[in-house]
Amino acid sequence: MNLIHYSIIALITSASIVSCSKDRTTKNNDGQLTDMSVEFDNIVGGQNLFLDAVSYTNAAGEQFTVSRLQYFISNIKLRKTDGTEFAVNPDSSYFLIKENDPATRFARFKAPAGDYNQLSFVIGVDSLRNTMDISKRTGVLDPSAGMEDGMYWGWNSGYIFFKMEGTSPAAPVDPTGQRKFRFHIGGFGGYSAPTLNNVKTVTIDLSASGNALARSGRNSNIHLMVDILKALNGSNNISIAANPSVMFGEASVTVANNYVNMFYHDHTEN
Amino acid sequence: MTILSLFTLVACSKEVLERFGGFLQPANFPAPVYRFRDNKISQAGFELGRKLFYEPRFSRNNTVSCGSCHIQSAAFTQHGHEVSHGIDDRLGRRNSPPIMNLAWMNTFMWDGGVFDLDLQPIVPITAHEEMDETIENALAKLRTLPAYAAMYKKAFGDTAINTTRTMKALSQFMLLCISSNSKYDSVQRNQGPRFSDAEQRGYIFFQANCTACHREPLITDYSFRNNGIATGINNDQGRYEVTLNETDRYKFKVPSLRNLSHTAPYMHDGRFITLDAVLDHYRSGIRQTPNLDPLLANGIAMTDAQKADLLQFLNTLNDPTFLRDSKLSEQ
Repeated sequence: MNLIHYSIIALITSASIVSCSKDRTTKNNDGQLTDMSVEFDNIVGGQNLFLDAVSYTNAAGEQFTVSRLQYFISNIKLRKTDGTEFAVNPDSSYFLIKENDPATRFARFKAPAGDYNQLSFVIGVDSLRNTMDISKRTGVLDPSAGMEDGMYWGWNSGYIFFKMEGTSPAAPVDPTGQRKFRFHIGGFGGYSAPTLNNVKTVTIDLSASGNALARSGRNSNIHLMVDILKALNGSNNISIAANPSVMFGEASVTVANNYVNMFYHDHTEN
Repeated sequence: MTILSLFTLVACSKEVLERFGGFLQPANFPAPVYRFRDNKISQAGFELGRKLFYEPRFSRNNTVSCGSCHIQSAAFTQHGHEVSHGIDDRLGRRNSPPIMNLAWMNTFMWDGGVFDLDLQPIVPITAHEEMDETIENALAKLRTLPAYAAMYKKAFGDTAINTTRTMKALSQFMLLCISSNSKYDSVQRNQGPRFSDAEQRGYIFFQANCTACHREPLITDYSFRNNGIATGINNDQGRYEVTLNETDRYKFKVPSLRNLSHTAPYMHDGRFITLDAVLDHYRSGIRQTPNLDPLLANGIAMTDAQKADLLQFLNTLNDPTFLRDSKLSEQ
């Protein structure tokens, strides 16, 4: 049964490759979907982000370096200029962007060819996926990573959406003798009892800096800048001295309300 | 044909010492809450889960297994330890709860922070003061052992060892840790044994004063309550830490009282060493702290005679067959 099924798909696929394109490397499996990506280019204000090496200053006047930065992007949606919307298949729409792993700076997916003028996504992992059976938690959602680079809270079941760690002279000395700050932001609203919800959706207009023109056989890349200084600076500035460790608590709401504004569209590579 | 098959069956069953029954709901228990449709119990899955439960490679230095702090003879608690005693002699901050009747439990841990049994083992495996390992690394260790490849294949169809399969197998073992053969259960099921006069008096007292929280037949309603023990020295705030809701501060999950003679010390931090001390707490030790359960505002009035009867009844909740069931032991 399966063999027959796959053979038919293979036949159709090879037929469409022959008829539609001479490029045999094309990944269009039904002649309609094309490759697209969103690039997350992490910066700090007007500077590039360099882990550990460079010291930056927040609005509270505190100097800091960043040793770890990683966050989940999920539920990518695009809107065409004609107003129709496309949502990336939920089972392939979870991306963990890690500054220390350049391969992760692109969220790659497939979308129908067309002209897109709006992008939206979730920072973090939606509540539904947070409560799904463990068999649905594969790839970046596999809760098997360690405490250091893992993005999952075991003790209070749920994903960490955003993790930024570093050192600052403003931070108090911790038990290990370092002046570290740690922001681990999560909270999907609770399952057995309601609690804080830091699931944030970002919507970005692309028309000013270049619509995404998705075409068969090409990869349209929407290049975003991610200014992590905005996680600290916003309507409520975060002081590292006052909040060296922001995890599951009220301060996380402030950080999440700040970081929802850290993304802006720089350009699109069509 | 039929006759032949029957003969074969009879012949085979003699060779099998004990048939694997899978999950069987005790006659006096309600329907379970675990989603069995997402995890079909099989003998191979259960046996893999049992091997994993007693597998010390889940700890950083291969010294601590699940069974280290959940000892069968102590109803899968760590008898004698106020708080769990993990890797490198590190101490946790809470008392190891029993692995028992988990198919009826919808939240796990003293604060209910885990809402799915399949996600529960991640906590002790990764906790610094328990096993201090990553799942990733533990699985890498298991992949080097041919015995596990064979067991995963038998349980799940191929030799791949991953997080989902490992957690599902552990759940299969834990779900079959069912304690339902206490004297109390036999009485409830009219199987012959009868309560003594003292036990019967204790049972009546229990029903009048305790079952609002320690609901029958599981002897817990799985709710979160502040039972008036004073704030602990480590200021553990219990349920509040996972909900951040003021009305949850100092609340902890109501534990089942099954097998209570084997699970001392008592309370989330093991502060009471004896049952006598526990009952004295309810009689005269209630402290007025935020969110004290209204049912305990004035404690539980109890004469010495009533207390003695109650203790007699509570002892009928012990289930020696569970504590000695060789199917649940390390093989």
